[in-house]
Amino acid sequence: MKTLVGYIAGLLFGLGLTISGMTDPARVLGFLDIAGAWDPTLMFVLGGAVITNFIGYRLVLRRPHPFFGECFQLPTRQDLDIRLIGGASLFGIGWGLSGYCPGPAFASIIGLSAPLFAMLVTMVMGWFMARAITPKTA
Amino acid sequence: MNFTASFQGLIGGVLIGLSATWLMATLGRIAGISGIIGTLITTRPRGDSAWRLAFGIGLVSGPVLALFIGGLGNVAGAPNEVIGQPSGGMPLMLVAGLLVGLGTGLGSGCTSGHGVCGLARLSVRSLAATVTFLIAAIITVFVVRHVMGGNV
Repeated sequence: MKTLVGYIAGLLFGLGLTISGMTDPARVLGFLDIAGAWDPTLMFVLGGAVITNFIGYRLVLRRPHPFFGECFQLPTRQDLDIRLIGGASLFGIGWGLSGYCPGPAFASIIGLSAPLFAMLVTMVMGWFMARAITPKTA
Repeated sequence: MNFTASFQGLIGGVLIGLSATWLMATLGRIAGISGIIGTLITTRPRGDSAWRLAFGIGLVSGPVLALFIGGLGNVAGAPNEVIGQPSGGMPLMLVAGLLVGLGTGLGSGCTSGHGVCGLARLSVRSLAATVTFLIAAIITVFVVRHVMGGNV
């Protein structure tokens, strides 16, 4: 059952990315290019997603536990550190260079091209590197 | 402004929000792609991998379903496509991938985990991360397109 609900979540997410046009890096880069022919699409995507989820979380988190799990696994940290801000900066540069964040990059696998494949390979390498330099207790 | 593109963006965004709410309601998990897939690939946690793999397969089948239904894509200038073409060549994408992987790994999240989920939880860390990666990306695009004159 956990597998089925996980699949449904992924399917909804992938469908959302496709319908919104986020599987097109040109749309993403068009949003980020505020000095060019600005494309507002991403603003509507993020806005629609955050507002929907804001309402959704408030309804869901009233329950004592998730339907198929023991507890809600929510991050508890509140502090800002160099790892968070530095990591977000590196990610932003990579996102700005390619127009792909991890979701659209994986969702676009069916349209696989050599450059996208190259990006997915180095992205996974980057995840392993980040894990290698992260203290185990963190 | 292209009304249809923006409207599709809004509808797609609502679906992404529903996906995040659904994952929290059913499994109690944050719908962050770098967290779900990154953890699956790098650590394969025992007893905690099947749903991650299922989510990944679902993520890939979203565009397949859209292609099957037809007329759902929102690729700029190509209304019949569901997947856009990469804008950069191999060297640029190799570098971008490394930065995205390393950055989301160190920063514990990407556009979905910090953006869609973290902002909805009013998390201070996620707000800081989202503002940071948006600014970094905007500066990067500005430098590439308007300072270096590239067409990326």
